[in-house]
Formats: sequence, C-alpha cells, structure tokens
Amino acid sequence: MTTRIVELRRGILKKNDELAAGLRQRFTSAGVLVLNLVSSPGTGKTAFLELTLRALRERGAHAAALVGDLETDNDARRLAASGVPVRQINTHGICHLDAEMVTKHLEGWEGVSLADLNYLFIENVGNLVCPSSYDLGERIRVALLSVTEGEDKPLKYPGLFNSSDAAVITKIDLAVPCGFDRDLALKNINEIRPDIRVFETSAKTGAGMDEWLAYLAEQAKPS
Amino acid sequence: MHELSIAASIVETVTESDSAYPGARVIAVRLRVGALASVVEDSLRFCWELASEGSPVAGAKLVINVLPVIVHCGACGADSEIEGVQSFRCPRCGELAADLRQGRELEIESIELEDPEPGDTQPMESEVDAPNRIEEHI
Repeated sequence: MTTRIVELRRGILKKNDELAAGLRQRFTSAGVLVLNLVSSPGTGKTAFLELTLRALRERGAHAAALVGDLETDNDARRLAASGVPVRQINTHGICHLDAEMVTKHLEGWEGVSLADLNYLFIENVGNLVCPSSYDLGERIRVALLSVTEGEDKPLKYPGLFNSSDAAVITKIDLAVPCGFDRDLALKNINEIRPDIRVFETSAKTGAGMDEWLAYLAEQAKPS
Repeated sequence: MHELSIAASIVETVTESDSAYPGARVIAVRLRVGALASVVEDSLRFCWELASEGSPVAGAKLVINVLPVIVHCGACGADSEIEGVQSFRCPRCGELAADLRQGRELEIESIELEDPEPGDTQPMESEVDAPNRIEEHI
C-alpha cells in the first residue's frame, strides 16, 4: 500500500456560502437592506422586531420578515399583527437557518417582491452558536442580548459577537432589578468586537428605538 | 449542535472528490478550523462517525488543525496571533483590533489516500485506527 495526500482546500460550508453570495447579490440589486437577528431563546428578538416593524410601517417604509423557529408559527402570527408581511420558517429540529431555507422561503411569498422592500429582517432560530457559521446573505448581522442574561454573554459566545455588525441590548427596563452592570457589558462587547454599534433598548418602554431606527435608515440609504 | 450538518457536508465533499481517485481509499481527512468558527471538536468527531457510517469514507480519521485568531492592528500595523478568543487586542501595542485575518476558517485542507499496490489482493494491517473499515473495504 502507498499513501498520498491530495490538497482539497475546500470550504466545508461552500454550498451555503455560494447560495448566500447569490442572495446577497439579489438583495443588493433589489435595494433591500437585509438583517439577520441572532440571540438566545428568550432574549426578546420577537418583541424587539415587532416594535421595529410597527415603527417602520408608521414611517412609510416597506419591511418584511422571515422568522425561524424549530416548530410553531407563533412568532409569525405575533409579528403579522404589526401589519407587514411575515413568513415562518420551521426548521424541524435544525438549530440554525441556512441560505437554502431563506432562498426557498423567498419563493412564492405572496404579496412580497424584494424590489418593493426597503428592509427584510430574518429572525434566526434562538441559538448563539450555530447561526454564526451560516451566512444568509445579510448585510447586517445583529447579535441581541438581554440584561437578564448576564454581562459576560459576549465573552461566552465570541464567535457570534465577533462576526456581528451591531449589538442590541434588550429589556433595559429591567436593568436595575437585575443588577445589570452596563459598563461591564459594554466593555465585554467591545473587547470581542471593537468597532461594533451598540443599541440599548426596551420593547416595553420604547427606549433606544429612535437611535436604532435612525441607524436602519442610515444603513438603508443607497451608497 | 450544528456539527452534524458540518460532518455531513464534509462527507459529501470528500465523497465527491474521492470519485476522482478510483481504487483509492480515504484514510484521513484534514481540516482547518479557526478558533472562532463555533465548532466543538469533540462534537464534530462524534458526528463524523455518525455521518460517515456506511459511506465510502467510513472509518477515515478526522485530523482537526485548530487555527488561532490573527488580528491586524490598525494602530501599529502588525498582524499578530492572539491568545484565546476573549479579548481582541493587539498583543504588541495593546490596542483593540477589530480586523480579523484568521480565525473563522472552516475548510477541508486535504485528504489522505491509500492506493493499492499493483497485484495487491490480500487485506493488510493498516496503521489507521479503523478496524471495521479494513474488513469492509479492502
């Protein structure tokens, strides 16, 4: 027997990356700003998104959302109350969304044409690990953490926080009762991703939403 | 948790490449995995056994080369390896460094193939830690 080594140099998630690159191109030419929202289960992604969608609609912007969950369409139904098109992606046990799921769910989406949209939000499956490996063609990856989760979340999940473009701290109305150390949380985020934009928000009081919406508007401007 | 999907992708990619080398057997698959790739090594090894079972690459050894994070420092211009993944600071000047030059890789670097010698007919002991594979495929 003889052995030999054959170089492959191939990305393991090459298929996903290629599909994601195709999506990114489609999103760019349609002029739609796509955001991928990632957090643990229970951070308040859906409440935050609900508020965002309502506010965008009130401002006359066209937004839509794809919502990933293992099972149920509860979140899609909740978000649909904001009056924008929402489509549920059920992954049936898979812990993350991938570019193929996004591609499939963009097809035949009644009443939605990418060219007419200003914003498309993709709410990922609640998980801080696996979604960070899968590019969905988004322009902005948003990592969310709530004040109830502890200030060290960014240090525990550096893969996600380092690959994100924006961080949203949710439930700041609970910061005091939770003994949330704001300075420490901001320091930890900054250590993992030095140039990241951070928003401190509350879906209950609406705090921080103006700043977040201004950021969205600025990012959506054609460059 | 997504290690099973990753293992399945490796099996698929290697199996496709493997068809270019008829008669050869894949005895090892070498990966380059960045420290920030969000992949758990033990979990990937476990899933590799499951995902490769019954495939032409069953029994092949998974060799995982973990790559440390390398940052580019905007302040002093150096590219440096950082220790761990808890603080993205230039080890030379201490400034925060957001520009990543290495650390998110997730790729198959190479495969190791075993070719039968002309006239080889008898099963041979292999150094590879894959006893089932020897019975099934040689």
